[in-house]
Amino acid sequence: MVKLNLVLLAALVACALSLVTSRHQARKLFVELEREQTLARAYDVEYGQLQLEQSTWAMPARIENIAREQLKMQLPGPGRIQVVDGSSR
Amino acid sequence: MTAVNVTRAVAAPKLPRLRAPLLFGMLLALFALLAARSLYLQWIDNAFLQEQGSSRYSRDLEVPAHRGRILDRFGDPLAISTPVKAIWVWPEKVEATPGQLQALAAALDLPPTTLAAKLDAGDDFVYLKRAVAPEVAAHVAALGIKGVHDDDEYRRYYPGGEVMSHILGFTGDGDVGQEGIELAQQVWLGGTPGGRRVIINRRGQVVEDVANIRSPREGRDLALSIDSRLQYLAYRELKAAVELNKAKAGGLVILDARTGEILALANWPSYNPNNRTRVVRERMRNRALTDIFEPGSTLKPFTIAAALEAGKVQPSTVIDTAPGTLTIGKATIHDAHREGALTVEQVVQKSSNVGAAKIALSLPPERMWSTLSGAGFGAPLKSGFPGEVSGRLRPAKSWRPIEQATMAYGHGISVNLVQLARAYTVFATDGELKPVTLFKESGPVAGPPVLRAETARAVRHMLEMAVLPGGTAPKAQVPGYRVAGKTGTAHKLEGGSYVKKFVSSFVGFAPVSSPRLVIAVMIDEPSGGQYYGGSVAAPVFSSVMGTALRLLGVPIDAPMSSILPPAEAAEVEEET
Repeated sequence: MVKLNLVLLAALVACALSLVTSRHQARKLFVELEREQTLARAYDVEYGQLQLEQSTWAMPARIENIAREQLKMQLPGPGRIQVVDGSSR
Repeated sequence: MTAVNVTRAVAAPKLPRLRAPLLFGMLLALFALLAARSLYLQWIDNAFLQEQGSSRYSRDLEVPAHRGRILDRFGDPLAISTPVKAIWVWPEKVEATPGQLQALAAALDLPPTTLAAKLDAGDDFVYLKRAVAPEVAAHVAALGIKGVHDDDEYRRYYPGGEVMSHILGFTGDGDVGQEGIELAQQVWLGGTPGGRRVIINRRGQVVEDVANIRSPREGRDLALSIDSRLQYLAYRELKAAVELNKAKAGGLVILDARTGEILALANWPSYNPNNRTRVVRERMRNRALTDIFEPGSTLKPFTIAAALEAGKVQPSTVIDTAPGTLTIGKATIHDAHREGALTVEQVVQKSSNVGAAKIALSLPPERMWSTLSGAGFGAPLKSGFPGEVSGRLRPAKSWRPIEQATMAYGHGISVNLVQLARAYTVFATDGELKPVTLFKESGPVAGPPVLRAETARAVRHMLEMAVLPGGTAPKAQVPGYRVAGKTGTAHKLEGGSYVKKFVSSFVGFAPVSSPRLVIAVMIDEPSGGQYYGGSVAAPVFSSVMGTALRLLGVPIDAPMSSILPPAEAAEVEEET
């Protein structure tokens, strides 16, 4: 009887300790999860800002301006366009 | 008990008999009071203490939800919300050295005098600056000035600026839609922040989730039918034309002829939604949807279509328009130039008012009404755009002959520009009226059949004649593509009578062999000398259509060399 009680006591102590450790583990993991989620949100925000920046740089008005002013590009007139007929091949 | 016993033991001989029980009773009563109080606090009035307790370890956190983006048809963002900071103070609680204030003014990019004025504004809460970039806010916080705080908020940015502003609209305080699509689609775009209750530790870190109070609902993205490239093109050309013709306003709509999607919708004057501090409401109107005008001759093809449908005329039927006037009752209709005998085709090509009126008068009003109504005139567009108007088409019963005659060439009826563009889809297709939409469709959309296919093809041919030499709009031609369209030059109605101010318009589509785009151009009050639709609106159509078809990679259906440089004289002046 005493033996059994001792075994049960040992089991109880073991359980109690493992509860404490797992609880601690859970907290640590949770804190980590929180940190990662905060990071994810921050990246999300940054992604939005980068998209905004990209679309601002890629505005047709800006591209056209650079093409015309800096690169001196222009549309060819009708007389300078040769149409290749693909259907007769 | 011991205390009581001791007292009795020492003092018993001198004390009155009732003293001990009295004291005992009193002490017991006090204990009972304590017990009652603690029971009361534990079970009945426990809110305060519980709150105090939980405030030591529990926090309700807001889970932010951002507003959905608005995208164009290729997924490029047109409107994005991004978190920013609002810097605010209670002026009386600010403690700062002059040096700190200077640094603050520099960080916020405010003139020091403005900052001083804000700090002197009284004892109320004051925003120093809103929508500050997070880095700037961090810099301000690093200055460590007492009484300067920041709050999170969202700000919406529109990379397209003034090019897209009329379609998108904008959001106001709290990122809630106020105009345009932002307003119309508030429920879809808007996010609802969630909340959760957590346990924090001594250092303020969250250690456990207790409950989810409310799940956040993120705003959803919205894909519009707009093609940013075409939108920019439309806006640029429209702006140039309005400035060239010294006009009051203008509008341009590009529809996909196969789906009814609005690919571009430009208005002038415009405004920049990113900076609205000094914008008058006048500039914010999306005129193409919210303003109506009398369409003028752009309506003639529908009169002709009604007559063809009724079997009253054939495209080759000859109508005598001599002597260029037609008197109905007390009113007289004029042609600007006398033409004599014209076929029905030529009535459209040369845009003869008398011809169109004669054809209209051969029809029962109900027939004409049903064709106009079938083409969507007088009925709402159901675009879902706030403030959209439906135009006016009076019931056929109330038409007098003169009204029927003037309606034949687009007076006494009013439309908005998108409605007019949509109506032309019946000629661009084989008689189908495509439903217009601002939202992206995945494939061709069928519309209700309005005209017989032969009628639609016959009118399409007439519209092609109108842009060829001898028609009213040779300037609408596009090198390499067959185009079709109709000019309109309408006197404006002011205070019930027609004045010498005009609305010049052109509506057309291309390529004629398999129409892809319908474009409607409207220039309001051109005052640069020219006012005919053929010389004001048609060139805009031509340049937008040519570039748009090239951008979309639509195969050419006419030889590149077929185009004749439109000679000024080749153009036929149209009726007004």
